[in-house]
Amino acid sequence: MNYKALTAIAVALALPLSAHADADDDTLVLNEEETLVTKTAAPAHLSDVMDEVMSGWHFRSDETQALQMDDFENPAMVFVDKAMDAWETAEGSEGKSCSSCHDEVDESMAGVRAVYPKWNETAGEVRTLATQINDCRENQMGAEPWKYTGGKMTAMEALISVQSRGMPVNVAIDGPAQSTWEQGKEMYYARTGQLELSCANCHEDSYGLMIRADHLSQGQINGFPTYRLKNAKLNNVHARFKGCVRDTRAETYKPGSSEFVALELYVASRGNGLAVEGPSVRN
Amino acid sequence: MASGVKPRVKVPKTAAAGEAVTIKTLISHQMESGQRKDKEGNVIPRSIINRFTCAFNGQMVADVTIEPAVSTNPYFQFEATVPEAGEFAFTWYDDDGSVYETSKAIKIA
Amino acid sequence: MEFSRRETLALGLGAAVMTVLPFRVNASAEDRIAEFTGGADLADTGVELTAPEIAENGNTVPISVSAPGATAIMVLATGNPTPGVATFNFGPLAASQAAATRIRLAGTQDVVAIAKLADGSFAKASAAVKVTIGGCGG
Repeated sequence: MNYKALTAIAVALALPLSAHADADDDTLVLNEEETLVTKTAAPAHLSDVMDEVMSGWHFRSDETQALQMDDFENPAMVFVDKAMDAWETAEGSEGKSCSSCHDEVDESMAGVRAVYPKWNETAGEVRTLATQINDCRENQMGAEPWKYTGGKMTAMEALISVQSRGMPVNVAIDGPAQSTWEQGKEMYYARTGQLELSCANCHEDSYGLMIRADHLSQGQINGFPTYRLKNAKLNNVHARFKGCVRDTRAETYKPGSSEFVALELYVASRGNGLAVEGPSVRN
Repeated sequence: MASGVKPRVKVPKTAAAGEAVTIKTLISHQMESGQRKDKEGNVIPRSIINRFTCAFNGQMVADVTIEPAVSTNPYFQFEATVPEAGEFAFTWYDDDGSVYETSKAIKIA
Repeated sequence: MEFSRRETLALGLGAAVMTVLPFRVNASAEDRIAEFTGGADLADTGVELTAPEIAENGNTVPISVSAPGATAIMVLATGNPTPGVATFNFGPLAASQAAATRIRLAGTQDVVAIAKLADGSFAKASAAVKVTIGGCGG
């Protein structure tokens, strides 16, 4: 074997990211009615690093894409139905349900998902939708908080997301949220774990490439919570972050931790302008 | 009864007499295959929906025998003939003996 | 316990065979077909099976079957630990003898559909599905 061949093998071994398979140009039409924005100009704060932001939907196979295009094909919608029951069910010492304060979910929650995570003035911190749901449960209903990544939580997040589907993600990154956003940005670019990978290494530098048999997306979270074929259930953003961080062979932060809240705000802001898709379907 | 099982069916509200309609059904269910092991290495016992039936006004449309290779939250799509106005009855049978039922009325337009 | 060089080699080969075996057509798939057909011949036409060439995730693979006039269609995943998937029995109000569902495939393998046709004969269709194993467990 000559030197050239050896070098070629060495390069192939060093670069598991090799094959290129671009995001596709399909159009996400929901229920044959509504076209969702799945590609758009990158928000201003990203203009130095990319021109266009793309939903993870473009990186999936046609079969997986189809599951999200019809609300009956989408298996997540049965959990939305379950959350609708929960919305109307009184729980806790105050005898209240979600609807006691928020009435009809389709009116009160329209647009909510699009602007979360969001600064909460009273609490003096940036909060995710899940944190806010548990705050309601504990302080308004007098009920037990739900597990941050549990099925009841992800179902409620999905129900609330549905009310904003098609609206552009528009999280605020300035004002009181700015320092949290900066923290999240720093985390996004920090290499972590035994593999020394940052979020950016895969999702900014290498999207469109294959990592083994997996097609790397931009890591956008406009589709969360997402029904994953892998575990056949709804997964929220922090559950996915945990999996990603674990894959870098690092100790992960806890779902609901201030670190993951900051990262969620930053990653959400990278998708400002994309349509809210949750609950989406991914592999 | 397995916890939190919820069925979902999609049937048109109306049809012409004799028309073929597409029916879609999904039920939330873990469909534990009996092949997986828990953290201690013990086999998690099989617990699935083993049969699904759809009938219209008492007449059979489809009767499906289900095995563990059907995915979590089992989904079925098929076509039924609607000879007259009436009601579709959907039934899922759980390994644990539970039976989940739902129905949908359809009118002749 | 100590192994000679030859024994170690044999162990390695055995392990390799063990690894490959689950994804070969297992005998019980043949048994299931024989049970369903009573050993009758299988025609190549009369039943259609649609499945993706490459499944993004083996946990949820969309498939559909169709056999005009059939009374029943049995679907088998020949490479699964147990081959049975589902058997669709069609009643008088089935507008077509067709159905779609989502199935689990333990690895790359052939999925088979056997239809019992209106005249009592049987037909078979099969589809090879490649199941990819992802890079990111997540």
